[in-house]
Amino acid sequence: MNKSACIDVQSLSVKRGKNLVLDQLSFQLEAGKIIGLLGPSGSGKSTLLRSIVGNQIVTSGDVTVLGLPSGSKALRHKVGYMTQAASVYDDLTIRQNVAYFAKILGLPDEEVDRVIQNADLTNQASRLVIDLSGGQRNRVSLAIALLGSPEIVILDEPTVGLDPVLRADLWDLFARLAATGLCLVVSSHVMDEAMRCDQILLLREGRILAQLTPGDLMKRTGAADPETAFLKLIAAGTTKPHAITTPATDAAPRHRASAEKSK
Amino acid sequence: MRRTFATTGRVLKQVRHDPRTIALMLVVPSLLIGLMAWIFTDTPAFQRIGPSMIALFPFVVMFLVTSIATLRERRSGTLERLLSMPLAKGEFIFGYALAFTLIAIFQTVIASSFAIWVCGLEISGSFWLLFAVAALDALLGISLGLMASAFARTEFQVVQFMPALVIPQFLLAGIILPRQQLPDVLESIGDWLPLSHAIDALSDVAAGTADSSTGFSMLVIVAWIVVALLVGSLTLRRRTA
Repeated sequence: MNKSACIDVQSLSVKRGKNLVLDQLSFQLEAGKIIGLLGPSGSGKSTLLRSIVGNQIVTSGDVTVLGLPSGSKALRHKVGYMTQAASVYDDLTIRQNVAYFAKILGLPDEEVDRVIQNADLTNQASRLVIDLSGGQRNRVSLAIALLGSPEIVILDEPTVGLDPVLRADLWDLFARLAATGLCLVVSSHVMDEAMRCDQILLLREGRILAQLTPGDLMKRTGAADPETAFLKLIAAGTTKPHAITTPATDAAPRHRASAEKSK
Repeated sequence: MRRTFATTGRVLKQVRHDPRTIALMLVVPSLLIGLMAWIFTDTPAFQRIGPSMIALFPFVVMFLVTSIATLRERRSGTLERLLSMPLAKGEFIFGYALAFTLIAIFQTVIASSFAIWVCGLEISGSFWLLFAVAALDALLGISLGLMASAFARTEFQVVQFMPALVIPQFLLAGIILPRQQLPDVLESIGDWLPLSHAIDALSDVAAGTADSSTGFSMLVIVAWIVVALLVGSLTLRRRTA
């Protein structure tokens, strides 16, 4: 493992029932960059992120985070994790949600204010989560993931269902976070978001299709947009590229639907 | 301890945002006890059944509330998030148990006050012992509810555990027919079920005949609580498929 790698994955396989969800993945990720984990729904993104956090039962292989096996007790203070479903309590206010998780992490009240501010929720802090829009709920979940300035931040589809302005705001926030030197992994099934990352990991059907910079992706495929680039990579690497050309059906915003991939 | 209390506080805050649930939890037991008293107006039966009702409510209500609350934690992803943080499983479980026990004690105080002062139920024994047994019943409901939630994947399933786990205990506890009059096999099963002991203990307290057998009943309930909590905590896994 090289010195700057904050996440080191070696021959990781995950089987769920009879399905091989992740198939012999090996890669290393560096801190201080936005790492985009991109791939269509069902490609194994969430399972991979859960393996890094240490919540996933792994069939074989090693996942090392900050030099420790993933899921180690010492990592529980250092990893901020935002699950795909906004894991927050509907029947509490934003502030009560954040304050509870802050207490679990042993953090002071100022930290609660800071992350609420960071997620741009200060004005809504006393509203119940159940009354919030999907995007606002997502940001509550994000605020909790940022509690205590963790060294590793894993965000599972944080921009799903957000309008373009919010989405741009969030990517700016991610850039600022990455600039502080933490290890930031953001998953998305929106290929256009690849361009906002410093490095991308393309996942398809449980395998790594490529690990490269957005610039390299465009250069290597000669495509005009990341969408086409992804399709070209698949065409080059497999025999059944039709699998991801199904039209978008999930929470993606309508006006961007043409640029999205889905189940 | 800090995280246990944080969890208790959080659960209580959640309940506070749901006034209808609070009202149902606090008022329904009294209404049902009142109905019982009314049904048996001209018979001495209420004096026999009344204490069992006080034992039954904290158990049933807490079983339902806990099993659904924990299932919601599992399904919403909040449990997964909590377990990726430095929260011990015991802190999670005891945080929940403490919150619901507090609510159960409140509920019992109201239900038994109603039974005693409005419906005329006579309690010859100690009130403190009455509340202690009722709190144990609540803990029993909480621990069994926690265990049940581990074996359910949906709200529909978890609600079905109520008739499956609670009604047989109710039938074999001796309320409908004294346990001594049950067929031998059923009698010996009933003798080991926790709700039977909860009802025995409360009836002893009500009759003012609490003795060492009451203590034994309370020990049996505690043993069930410990086993159910252990099984429940084994099913809280940091790593899941």
